[in-house]
Amino acid sequence: MNRKSGRPLSPHLTIWKWGPNMLVSILHRATGVGLATVGAALFVWWLAAAASGPESYQAFLDCIGGPVMYWIMLVVGIGLTWAAFQHVYSGLRHFVLDTGAGYELRTNKFWSTMTIVGSVLTTGLIWAYLIWGR
Amino acid sequence: MGGGTEIGRVRGLGSAHAGGHHFWHQRLTGAFNFALMLWFIVSLLRLPGYDHATIVAWLATPLAAVPMLLLIASVFYHLRIGLQVVIEDYVHEDGNRIALLIALNAYAIALGALAAFSVLKIALSGGAA
Repeated sequence: MNRKSGRPLSPHLTIWKWGPNMLVSILHRATGVGLATVGAALFVWWLAAAASGPESYQAFLDCIGGPVMYWIMLVVGIGLTWAAFQHVYSGLRHFVLDTGAGYELRTNKFWSTMTIVGSVLTTGLIWAYLIWGR
Repeated sequence: MGGGTEIGRVRGLGSAHAGGHHFWHQRLTGAFNFALMLWFIVSLLRLPGYDHATIVAWLATPLAAVPMLLLIASVFYHLRIGLQVVIEDYVHEDGNRIALLIALNAYAIALGALAAFSVLKIALSGGAA
């Protein structure tokens, strides 16, 4: 597209004042892309390794549980868990917004913030259980 | 849907003649994903361990294999239309956009097929992989 026409462009990220609703909207897309690429690839790798037999599955476990990879995968695992719940809570918020409700400034800001609070809390609970609970 | 002829407004399709189903399917599969991912995460957390024997024994049961196949279908369809919107938003040059959309379809179908086949293989061989 030709952007050199000299006509004014609509304001973008660097112009608007940041708010929770804007952040959540961007996070919905970013977490969606992350889940669709990294999340989907890991999920399929895990399933294909399981279907290929015990040796392949062990190779998968050794790969993600290696000395360096363990810490990388811990970060990736926690990141994907958070991304999943951020995308889910934000998606549920979109279902409400689709009905035409929840656009009042205070309500909108409150539920935007709550998707982030909820995703961080859920991620914390799940990983606390995985690390210390079992 | 502001302007257009009256029949055009009734059909609600606009100049692209398509697209409404996209919005609707994204929400439908989003709701399916919500239910199925909830089942998936709770199931994983309830498993006693994540070794090969446990995973395969679990996936070999009908009540794990079937929701898993439904989850794969719903998630990969949702992922495909979601990434399509991202590509359409940011890639303006026609050639690049079409190439990326073809690559996206190949990616979603190939990964989805690999995932579905893996579940079927485990389920139909009764866990004796």
